[in-house]
Amino acid sequence: MKIEVVKNILDANAVIAQKNKSLFDQHHVTVINIMSSPGAGKTSAILETARRLKDKMKIGVIEGDLASQVDAEKVKKEHLPVVQINTGSGCHLDANMISHAMQNLPLKDIDLLLIENIGNLVCPSAYILGEHKRVIISSVPEGDDKPLKYPIIFVDADAVIINKVDLKAYLKFDMDAFKKAVKNINPKISFFEVSCTTGAGLDEWCSWLTAASKRKS
Amino acid sequence: MHELSITQDILNIALQEAKNAHACKINKISIVVGQASGIVPDSVQFCFDEMKKGSIANEASLDFTIVPTQVKCRRCQHVSSPKDIIWMCDKCGSGEVDIIAGRELYLNSIEAEQEEAYENRSS
Repeated sequence: MKIEVVKNILDANAVIAQKNKSLFDQHHVTVINIMSSPGAGKTSAILETARRLKDKMKIGVIEGDLASQVDAEKVKKEHLPVVQINTGSGCHLDANMISHAMQNLPLKDIDLLLIENIGNLVCPSAYILGEHKRVIISSVPEGDDKPLKYPIIFVDADAVIINKVDLKAYLKFDMDAFKKAVKNINPKISFFEVSCTTGAGLDEWCSWLTAASKRKS
Repeated sequence: MHELSITQDILNIALQEAKNAHACKINKISIVVGQASGIVPDSVQFCFDEMKKGSIANEASLDFTIVPTQVKCRRCQHVSSPKDIIWMCDKCGSGEVDIIAGRELYLNSIEAEQEEAYENRSS
């Protein structure tokens, strides 16, 4: 006999993600899912963001990596609540991992939760976590053709941080071409040209983030 | 790249549906995979052949329906099926496009055999 199913294969993840989101909303936590390739500067961006915003709001962090506590240790030095998720060989964070990590975070004392996803431009975009905004970090050394090669991750994103702009003078990176390629597939996206080394552009990015986290209050 | 967990989800859904229908054996699982879903069918097949062992899907085959990526031009409204991953309108050449198909990833149906006792009862 034939059984008609027609069920999204990622439904199990979507159901948990919705529960996560309800819990975040209940505690008035704004959640940002930060995705990029390895080495684009996710951790640096999180640290620089926290340094600029921690007097204005309470920030928590979830760090995702295949192995090690290296990133969590860096965040701890900023005196922020942090949970490290190690996925072993897993190429993305999923909603179930976040639901476990949340249990070790003081949600009632957090206004803004920054989730650093696994460094990967393919898989993380398929898994919603319960986030309110999706942010992609691209960096100048990666080249301006990433949106052409990995379009899907940009389709559902709310903002793109272009990091390491202090290196523009040394590398061939066509900023206009990069932005055009992203806008072609996602015209509503916001761009922030930043350098976590010099601090350039970070205030503008933090203003966007502050506005995003005030959205619910 | 995350075909292992996707395959586990496919198997979980199929086994649950089979259980709901009082099936004792799954013969075929039909899934629909968009070209832009990020999932490689060969890789799912590889994982499935290992993971199905010892379950009632042990002899099941996987049937893939591949949905080509389609983009709609925001300038001329033309719908194109890009041959590679560079998304652009094949009529006016614009890159200003919305993806309208190719992200599908769902289990469409299963073919299964019902337990004899249940089959007799329902007939």
